[in-house]
Order: sequence, then structure tokens, then C-alpha cells
Amino acid sequence: MIISVASGKGGTGKTLVSTSLAISISAKEKVQLLDCDVEEPNDHLFLRPVITTSETVSIPVPKVDYAKCNFCGECARVCAYKALAVVPGSVLVFDQLCHGCGACSYLCPESAIYEEGREMGVVESGNAGDIEFVQGRLTVGEAMAVPVIRRVKTKINRDSLAILDVSPGTSCPVVETIKDSDYCLLVTEPTPFGLHDLELAVETVRQLCIPCGVIVNRAVSGETLVHEYCIREGIPVLLDIPLDRGIAHLYSEGVTLAEGIPQWQNAFTNVYTEIKEALHERSRCA
Amino acid sequence: MKEVVVLSGKGGTGKTSIAGCFAALAHNKVLADCDVDAADLHLLLQPTDRQTEEFWSGQIAHIDETACTGCGLCQELCRFDAIHNFQVSHVSCEGCGFCARICPVNAITMQENKAGHWYISDTKYGPLVRARLGIAQENSGKLVALVRQQARKIAADKGYSTIITDGPPGIGCPVISSLSGADLALLVTEPTVSGAHDLERVIEVCRHFKVPATVCINKYDINEQKALQIKEHCANVGINVAGEIPFDTAVNRAVAHGVPLVEYDEGPAAGEVKRLWKNIEELISPD
Repeated sequence: MIISVASGKGGTGKTLVSTSLAISISAKEKVQLLDCDVEEPNDHLFLRPVITTSETVSIPVPKVDYAKCNFCGECARVCAYKALAVVPGSVLVFDQLCHGCGACSYLCPESAIYEEGREMGVVESGNAGDIEFVQGRLTVGEAMAVPVIRRVKTKINRDSLAILDVSPGTSCPVVETIKDSDYCLLVTEPTPFGLHDLELAVETVRQLCIPCGVIVNRAVSGETLVHEYCIREGIPVLLDIPLDRGIAHLYSEGVTLAEGIPQWQNAFTNVYTEIKEALHERSRCA
Repeated sequence: MKEVVVLSGKGGTGKTSIAGCFAALAHNKVLADCDVDAADLHLLLQPTDRQTEEFWSGQIAHIDETACTGCGLCQELCRFDAIHNFQVSHVSCEGCGFCARICPVNAITMQENKAGHWYISDTKYGPLVRARLGIAQENSGKLVALVRQQARKIAADKGYSTIITDGPPGIGCPVISSLSGADLALLVTEPTVSGAHDLERVIEVCRHFKVPATVCINKYDINEQKALQIKEHCANVGINVAGEIPFDTAVNRAVAHGVPLVEYDEGPAAGEVKRLWKNIEELISPD
């Protein structure tokens, strides 16, 4: 099973939920945590995994064999990203714009283009206690997160529970991460910002037909706007984590909630049980 | 014209709350919300939209089923795994057009893709340019660039001297697009292990694109020791800390009321944000 932990708004507590969920469940069953927030991966700060393998992620970018090139300009014409420009006597390649689609090399009439990998990040794997840990890390200055996310996801072990920590937002990196998940946990906070961005996140998971539930972080009694929205939309609120200086301090020190206050482990395993029940119900009705 | 962009690396550190205050504190400014993926600044500035435009970007492949012979060449050659059973996944297609070029029976066409909307609005604080990227669209930075370009145009046409830009989280395309060529980046962080880690990465991005940066530690008293470590790191890499905002429940209450903190309250956080803005004004003023 794949559970994604997402949120429209950043900083609502995805890392807190992902790490504590993984720790709580790992006491009973096999669990894998994959940090797909490759721009700012943070789970490692809380789980302190022992990394055993590291592989670089690269995308193929064009190189020109000047012995064959006749500067016809076809490569520049077929490139949708304007990553190639042909000037007299030279072919300029703008690596940063290249998506690695391969059109230029395939369509070059002189077979003068070959491809070389350009490194844009790493995927690291290891263990944190009983948790199998994987994270992607985009190289600073690189713009495209999706190739790194794709590589992280090749490490998903279908035999165990895989928890995916997702980057904030609703655009391509998020969709690339969550698109084949069985369930999406949406973490938010009870502010107008949290609600506004939750609505965007709900719209996203609905377009992808992924069932979802909400965790309200920094919950304050009386601040009910997220709960009211969830009731209106028929989305279950699976857990409230209160606004609490003690919890905030644990987080600031890099201590997971499940370890800092072990009583919380029950709450997280209950969330997992509710997810399983919801999915069971869904498959029965389908 | 000076452009200040508020960034953070880590999300949720307080970029929008601070940018909203700057909107109220700065004189003679245009506001730009470059978090086109989850824009929130308008929730504080209560804009009236004056102009709404569609944003078209990139293309999506479309297979004409009646012409397709099912040869499978497109599926075989697509590097984005976007074609299955002769259907194009709109989520995976990156619009390269390779399939349309190699289809032996020309059954594939590339269609223009509506990727979102952008808006020019009036607020009581000045004009606001913002955008809304469509769900699952590629945040390539093009819409961010468009928002900045429009903000600059308004500033140039109407003689505004400052642009305040609320930036997106992360370090990828939209951040690079918000940052490049700005006069100053304010990096908002919090005294947590994640805040410190992500700050280091976004500082590197600023270096890489040669944009001067200054740091603000929000909720610094949640963990004063961590705040001190962040200050030490900033000192080591030669970046000045322009503000340290205390934890203050008034910040959340101001958001709940939909107004910038400095217009809602005169407490400790509001006072420190005012001091932060003074520091930033000095940093961007022509000496």
C-alpha cells in the first residue's frame, strides 16, 4: 500500500506526520519511508538513517559530434524547450532547459547527436531502525525535481507499506509523487491560509481519484473552519495535533512526536487503521 | 526600482505574513505573489480584481484514435512514460512533441495547454499581481516570470519605486524564477532543524544566482539555542540577520482576520516586523 502525506501549504507538518506515522507503524509491520520532497528533504533530520547506498540521478542531454554535424538546424527546430540553438559553425546546448526527451538525437538526419547523462541529484537509501528509508535530493541550482522524484519512486517496495513525504503545492512534483498512491493524507492547519491551500490539495487528489483524509496540525479549540469544511466536503478528519509549545520544541530539536511523546504512537496507528478500513470499504463498494 | 523577494526554502515559516506586513509598511510599491502554486497573499490584502488573463503554456499530445494504427512507436519512444494503450496521460506528458513527429501516420497532434490564470488587482496597499497555476500543471517558472514582468511593468509605468514579492517554498524552478535579478532576497526561517537545513540550501541558491540575501528568524524564541546556531551559521557565511521575530499568537489572529499583522496589533511581533522592514529599506536604499 502507498500512503502519500501531502499538503497544499508548506510547513503544515508533513514531515512530522510522515516520520511519526512510520515510527508508530514500524513497531508492528514492515514500513518504508520515501522522502519525495527532493527540494528540501527533511525526514532524515528526524530519523537519522544510516545511508547504505547512494546513486546519482541524471537525465540524458544532447552532445554534438562535430565530425558528423552539418548545422542543418533540425535539432533546434524539433526541441520544444529551446534547449538547442544552431549558429554558423556551432550548436549551442542549454543543458538547464533540456528535459531529456531524446527527440533531437533520434531525429538528427546526420546521426550527429549522442546523449550524455547530466547529474541533477541523488537518491540515497538505508535504514532508520526498522524503517527502510529512501530520500531524493535535488542538486542546488537545478530546476527540475521530477526526474529525481521518479527515481525515488522506483525504490517503492510493493510488499510493505510505503509512506511518501510529498513536497508542498499542487503542481507537477506533487502530482508525480502522489499519482499512484492508494491514499493521500492531507496535513493542514486551522488558518485561512491552511484552509485555502487544503481546498487546492483536495481538488488535486480528487482529479486523480485518490481517497483522502485530513490531519489538522496546530489545532486550537474553537478554530473550526477546517473541520467545518471537511464536514461539508465529506472528508474525514483523522487526527488533531494541538498547537503546543512542547510539541513545537520537540520538532525544533529534530525529535519525532512518536518518540518524544510515545503516547502519540497509538494515535498514529489508529490513523493507519482508519485508512485501511476506508480502503477496505471502498474496494468492497467498488 | 528595487525588488525585494521573500523566500524561505522550508514552507510555512511566515513568508506571506511578513510580505503582507511589508505591503502595509512600504511606501510607493507594487505587490507580486509568486507562489503561483498556493498563493495566499490575497487573503491578507483583500484585492479587487481589475484584470484577469488566461495563461497558456506548453502543449499536450493528442492521439486521433481514428487515424492511429496501434503501431506502438510513440509508447516505445516516450521518455516520460506518458502514453499507455494509445492514450496520453495529461499528468505525465511534458509536451516535447517527439511522438507527434515520429508517428508514421500523423495521428498525433500537439494541442495548446491552458495552464492557469493571472490577475492584476487593486488593494488598499497598492496594485497586486498574482496568479493561479492549474492543478497538476508544470510549475516551470514561466508563470512566475510573467507575474514579475507584469509587476515591473506597472512599477515602471506608474512610477512605483519598490516591488515586494512573496515567493514560493523550495529551491527549484519557481524559486529560481522568483529570485533571479532581484535586488534583495529576505530568507525567512524558523529555529528548527528543518528550518536551519532548508535555509542553508536556499542561501546557496542565492549565492548561485548572485542575489544579495538577508535573514529573518521567525518565532526565534521557540528554540533560542537553535536560533543562535542559525545566527552563527549566517555569520560564518557572511549573511546578516535583519530580524528576529518572537512567537506571538497575534500573528495567527491577524491571519484569521485577513489583515496584515502590523495593521491588526502593536505587540512584540508587529514591532519587530516594523524594525525588520526599516533594516530592509536601508539595505535596498541607494547609498
